[in-house]
Amino acid sequence: MDITVNILLTIATAATPLLIAAIGELVVERSGVLNLGVEGMMIMGAVGGFGAGYLTGSPWIGLLAAIALGAVFSLLFAVMTLSLATNQVATGLSLTLLGLGLSGMMGTSFVGQPGARLPNLDIPGLTAMPVIGRLLFGQDPIFYISIALTAAVMWFLFKTRTGLTLRSIGDSHTSAHALGIKVIRYRYLAVIFGGACAGLAGGHLSLVYTPQWVENMTAGRGWIALALVVFASWRPWRVLAGAYIFGAVWIGQLHAQAFGIPVPSQLLSSLPYLATIVVLVLISRNKRLTMMNTPASLGQPFVPDR
Amino acid sequence: MMRLELVKRPQRSMLFSALSPFIAFVLTIIAGAILFALLGVNPLKAFQIYFLEPVSQVWQLHELAIKAAPLILIGVGLSVCYRANIWNIGAEGQFILGGIVGSSIPVLFPQFEGPLVLPLMLLFGMVGGAAYAAIPALLKARFNTNEILTSLMLVYVAQLFLDWLVRGPWRDPKGFNFPQTIQFNDSAILPELMPASGRANWGFVFALVAAVLVWILMSRMLKGFEVRVLGSSPRAGRFAGFGIKRMVFFAFMLSGALAGLAGISEVSGAIGQLQPVISPGYGFAAIIVAFLGRLNPLGIVAAGLVLALTYLGGEAVQSALGISDKVARVFQGMLLFFVLGCDTLIHYRIRLIGLAAPTLEAAPKLEEAR
Repeated sequence: MDITVNILLTIATAATPLLIAAIGELVVERSGVLNLGVEGMMIMGAVGGFGAGYLTGSPWIGLLAAIALGAVFSLLFAVMTLSLATNQVATGLSLTLLGLGLSGMMGTSFVGQPGARLPNLDIPGLTAMPVIGRLLFGQDPIFYISIALTAAVMWFLFKTRTGLTLRSIGDSHTSAHALGIKVIRYRYLAVIFGGACAGLAGGHLSLVYTPQWVENMTAGRGWIALALVVFASWRPWRVLAGAYIFGAVWIGQLHAQAFGIPVPSQLLSSLPYLATIVVLVLISRNKRLTMMNTPASLGQPFVPDR
Repeated sequence: MMRLELVKRPQRSMLFSALSPFIAFVLTIIAGAILFALLGVNPLKAFQIYFLEPVSQVWQLHELAIKAAPLILIGVGLSVCYRANIWNIGAEGQFILGGIVGSSIPVLFPQFEGPLVLPLMLLFGMVGGAAYAAIPALLKARFNTNEILTSLMLVYVAQLFLDWLVRGPWRDPKGFNFPQTIQFNDSAILPELMPASGRANWGFVFALVAAVLVWILMSRMLKGFEVRVLGSSPRAGRFAGFGIKRMVFFAFMLSGALAGLAGISEVSGAIGQLQPVISPGYGFAAIIVAFLGRLNPLGIVAAGLVLALTYLGGEAVQSALGISDKVARVFQGMLLFFVLGCDTLIHYRIRLIGLAAPTLEAAPKLEEAR
């Protein structure tokens, strides 16, 4: 029983950054913007979170720094694509490339240093309960944030007027603009929200998952988060399910490596990436489903006329 | 708070079309100066070390050509994809597969020597890269799967595959357990161009030839016209009878073959054996090269040289000033940012409008969602 609980806990830890980054990107894409810079914003969050936590000794300050850095970094993307109407694919790519370079530079002095780790929740009486105690009341704080965030985004997108407006912008920015909706303003906020989420996801990696700084430590998770949004056909609860499936794959291959299964470790390590491809193929085979759910103006630049 | 407003030009500005890469370069220099100043280095001194010293002697120009060759080869291929509005961002993986498949000849048949070896290796490299690029192409054409994500995922798979090969079945048995293959025999080494003055090899010539050929393809041949039509208006392309699926395969496999050629040229020319890592991110830097070169093969040659210089400069400031060579990646990223930003000037005029900050009043609503 204890082993099962431990495995479930590690799966949750592996799934949390994917979930947060994907939920953020989901909001961005629902507004009609495709930000391929998730990996870059995430790695900036990771280096910022680690750095601030390491320098101040407080992982909580690290957490805030991760969120702030992700948001500020996404602002670069917002200015380019929203105010200057640049190509979103290319700009997102350059955000990722810049993030990987900048984080590597900022992190040179952090390599090999012990970092601050966010403490797990510990509620006297509750956390010690058998089996469910640690699952429900003994995880890291970002886990709870990720669940709350998913619920909040679900509520926001489908139960509030602002959420409806945001979705309408994603489906037709020209119609929304004609109705007097401030398309660009909504999109700025969505992109910054997505950046803050990606930063938080990166912070989870360097403050909880492996409390240290390793270059390129996001290891493609930002891209997997992007794939999750497609996989989930832009629905928050499916992002949650997808993130946990991927968390399980990620942890499964690590355990398989530890057990010494006679398969090359590199093959096991490539499973999450191969699984991403398989999942994308399965979901995109169903053309009607994808067509119906994809925000119609996703990735198209919008320049308001006067 | 200021607000930007874009005003559409009646037609694209030829002036800014030509100037934009240069403006971007100047902006990168300014941002770079700020970066160096923040790092506590005199920017002028840093720039001298970064941009001038790496190209002050003849042998260094050879090094520049070695770095520029893969960037140009890959960038030229990617420009065809991007013109067709097909997003191959997995060139790094295609580069690696080209290196692997091409190297299979000297690694598996070390006794095989003679003038046939090298052409076969290069051919294998191109086939390897093209075949690997055919995977995302097939998935896109057959299942409509997003090629950006699949081609990128395959980069990680390729890196792990290479890692397995050089640590496992292809490891040099006499190599003291180092993760590397045997040294290639002499007939499997890409010859140097002018051994008297430096190390540059035939890879640079391949790059120039590829650039010219692709330029002819894009500007003088029907296929190039097809690429441009499908890229700017898929609907018009369909009416003209151009097949979008065939175009996906064509663009992916052409760019894959060129990336594969770059990979095997790098392995056989600059390295001489397979190692766990054979590319300092050429496949990604080439994306920048393609855009900096305006998706024009001849512009890409110039852009490839500029990006090669950022690599050399990164190494130079690391050894001279103790700054991380990651600074090269930062320069490359900034360059792409500024190019994309300046490209806006081709289609739009930018007006600044003074305004009280209106963007903040909607903020609490998003706050609630958190």
